[in-house]
Amino acid sequence: MTEKHAVELTVNGKHYEGSVDARLSLADFLRDHLGLTGTHLGCEQGICGSCTVIFDGDTVRSCLLLAVQANGGTVVTVEGLSKDGERLHPIQQGFVERLGFQCGFCTPGFLMTIYELINQNPSPSEAEIRERLSGNLCRCTGYQNIVAAVLWAAERLRAHNEEISPL
Amino acid sequence: MADRSPPFIGRSLKPHKSVRFLTGKGIYVGDIRLPNMLHAALARSIHAHARIHSINADKALALDGVVGVWTGREIERRISAFPESFEIHPVAWLEGVKPILRGPRPTALAHAKVHYVGEPVAIALAEDRHKAEDAVDAVEIEYGELPAVIAPDEALKPGATLVHEEAKDNIVFSFSIAKGDVDPAMSGAPHTLRERFRHHRYCAAPLECRGVVAWVEPKTNVLTVWSSTQMPHLVRRQIAAQLNLAEETVRVIAPDIGGGFGPKVFVYPEEILVAFLALQLRRPIKWIEDRREHFLSTAHGRDQIHDVEIAFGGDGRVLAFRDRFLLDNGAYNPMGLTDAYNTAAHLQGPYKIPNFAVTGTCVSTNKVPNAPYRGAGRPEAVFVMERCMDRIAGHLGLDPAEVRRRNFVQPEEMPYRAGILYRDGEPVCYDSGNFPETLARALDAAQYGKLREQQQELRRSGRYVGVGIGCYVEGTGVGSFEGAKVRIDASGRVIVATGATGHGQGHETIFAQIASDLWGVTPDEVLLVEGDTSAIPFGCGTFGSRSTVNVGSALVEASGRLKEKILRLAAHLLEANPDDLEFGGGKVFVRGLPQRAVSFSELARAAAPGWASKMPDGLEPGLEATFYFVPPTVTWSNAAHVAVVEVDVQTGGIKLLDYVVSHDAGRLINPLLVDGQIHGGVAQGIGAALYEEIVYDLNGQLLAGGFLNYLLPGAMEVPKIKTVHLESPSPLNSLGIKGLGEGGAIAPPAAIANALADALASFEVRVNEIPLTPDRVLEILARKEVDFKAPAV
Repeated sequence: MTEKHAVELTVNGKHYEGSVDARLSLADFLRDHLGLTGTHLGCEQGICGSCTVIFDGDTVRSCLLLAVQANGGTVVTVEGLSKDGERLHPIQQGFVERLGFQCGFCTPGFLMTIYELINQNPSPSEAEIRERLSGNLCRCTGYQNIVAAVLWAAERLRAHNEEISPL
Repeated sequence: MADRSPPFIGRSLKPHKSVRFLTGKGIYVGDIRLPNMLHAALARSIHAHARIHSINADKALALDGVVGVWTGREIERRISAFPESFEIHPVAWLEGVKPILRGPRPTALAHAKVHYVGEPVAIALAEDRHKAEDAVDAVEIEYGELPAVIAPDEALKPGATLVHEEAKDNIVFSFSIAKGDVDPAMSGAPHTLRERFRHHRYCAAPLECRGVVAWVEPKTNVLTVWSSTQMPHLVRRQIAAQLNLAEETVRVIAPDIGGGFGPKVFVYPEEILVAFLALQLRRPIKWIEDRREHFLSTAHGRDQIHDVEIAFGGDGRVLAFRDRFLLDNGAYNPMGLTDAYNTAAHLQGPYKIPNFAVTGTCVSTNKVPNAPYRGAGRPEAVFVMERCMDRIAGHLGLDPAEVRRRNFVQPEEMPYRAGILYRDGEPVCYDSGNFPETLARALDAAQYGKLREQQQELRRSGRYVGVGIGCYVEGTGVGSFEGAKVRIDASGRVIVATGATGHGQGHETIFAQIASDLWGVTPDEVLLVEGDTSAIPFGCGTFGSRSTVNVGSALVEASGRLKEKILRLAAHLLEANPDDLEFGGGKVFVRGLPQRAVSFSELARAAAPGWASKMPDGLEPGLEATFYFVPPTVTWSNAAHVAVVEVDVQTGGIKLLDYVVSHDAGRLINPLLVDGQIHGGVAQGIGAALYEEIVYDLNGQLLAGGFLNYLLPGAMEVPKIKTVHLESPSPLNSLGIKGLGEGGAIAPPAAIANALADALASFEVRVNEIPLTPDRVLEILARKEVDFKAPAV
């Protein structure tokens, strides 16, 4: 376990280099090496979805991907969702408007999943939203307000003809 | 915010104060990083019941990056024992109920014997988490296995293996309460039914597991502990007591908490151990529980078996009720009789039951400790009583809603004394509510009449749709106290500190709304400080649907006291009579002359000590007042849930078609947040009713060790929940509010089980245990009738 491996990643538009153990997960790399603690670990078994990030354009469970496997890739985390890190992305704003969160722990994973969903389908139905969200667990909200938040965000993005992708 | 003027109470303010959770800026305990920090991992028992023959850490200590390994023997005399769990109960209750109390006390690390799979045996420290876990893997522990006690009724048999050898049997706690005279009422009744109900073991499963970081700040020598806890003041008290420190030198911070729901309300071995090692090594230490450990070591909930007899007249009115129940306590119960007695106190529900007797017995088994989880004994009680109501209806051929209506306490009977004590030692007294109306609104929202018609049609076409009702009352806002410290500083903001500590409820928004109305400011000008023992000397914490009632009431009183002082200062500055002054817009002004005003900021600066002080003689410096609210007793919320299910009799699968909650929690502070609490509670209750189960095998091995085999409901499983509200104000506090955090989770098992029984009425099945997984539904269909077993106690 002493041999280190070089890792290069672009995360939220910034270039990072690191030297890691082969067994280090992408989630731990983001959290412990880069200080991006918005990505949360709820089960480390790939089930709860709290650690969801976007890797080379697709959502992945960052607890199941090793940092060395992510080498050379591009990652977007919740910290990269709002353009300037301050003004909320419409998806985040939807969570405020519809109370899509309570304790906030699962929220970053949901936001990244929803980002991918709306990117692929700007007008998702409630059934489509629920199906897509079925890979993320939330223990606080009962999902109802998360679904409402997605509908709010999708409508806002359509109404303003906004490009979803700042990423 | 469209309208920026008071009143703010009653409005669905959005969670603007909590946007840090949306940008990844929340700070949970796992996010805390300190220089030179070490990481802990625990070796846990692999056996349910065994003697520890030896522990050898040599190989672990030889590993790269490993700093040390500690065992029970090494820390034995350096960490005091955990307190007796029944110390939490008030004297008035102990004297009134006279329970048997024999709580075994856990140790921070197991000494001679282990009592459940997952019990901490040794703790390793290393430079990173991976290395700490490598160390744990290398610790060699030699066990001598003992027979495991798994079934609670087996645990009571003569000659059963003892979980705690110093005890004479496996009974930990026991109590009996009664009113009226059950025996003659039972024997003289026209109808009686006997049932055995089982409410299974499941768990809260917050998305964030537990975790602790501890550090001794070198300059002040203050031991600072960050913990994912619902009770920072209790954690401080217990760390100080068990490590023999002055409380003043211990600061406990509950940072952002990724869900609590009950099991984070008491102190765990890891909180003591990590604090102890931080003191020993003078280095920051971090321990973060992983999900597998969470199932093995964080308290589970529920797990009761009830043997019930109920007597009733031909009209469906209950004449007598008797219940003897067992609670499978696991190896320890840090919260004494909280769950078991809550069950007893809530069994009567919204009904008038003239003769009533309950015996509750908590039994030791070789399982993870059992402790309060959202509802804390109430879902079990409601499952029992609401199934009984439906059994009465079925027996007499009456509509289940009608049976309930005939038994309800009527609104004109409020306040209604239920004839037993609550766990705060006061008589159970429903303070306000209109139970028939609560149910009527639920039935309306669910279109109950129409459903009944459709049900018949569907059944003819081979579809099994059922409707189930679950009514309950809920004692909320329990003591013993909570405080509010209100301060106005030179920024002119209203700063509220409290010992309650939210974990998703929206305290920042709710308390800002209350404070805004009290002070005539906007919620933006209110700052909430909570989850930090240095912010207020005393605190209880957030659990038991209590924070809004207790903190809100304390806030009213503390604000009133501070306002008196401010009026005297403002009168002095404005050369006016205090009676002529008013609060508004962050100022105090002369009534009718708004330009003759002094701002909160100016007042705070005038109140500072020293050369700039403008305080009149006789007033102490500073604008600050603290009040600790001690509620006279609990205030009673009530609700009616209606579940509509469809059952596939081939597969046993249940689909929830509709779910309605009619809820009365007094005056509502923020309806948006209230509905959020209800939705989440219902989702957890749906998990309990249909999916989630902690299963042990006969050797006490936990078979549900992660989210792969412990199923939390997801977005596809939880339907859209309809909520309707009544607002019967509580007469017990000045805001007229009641608690509601737990409510949603209380009735789904009852309502869904009733709906299943209703759907399968033509099969004459009994639905007496949960969860109603497809396997269990098929088993119920195959068995049809369950024989009544002899009472367990």
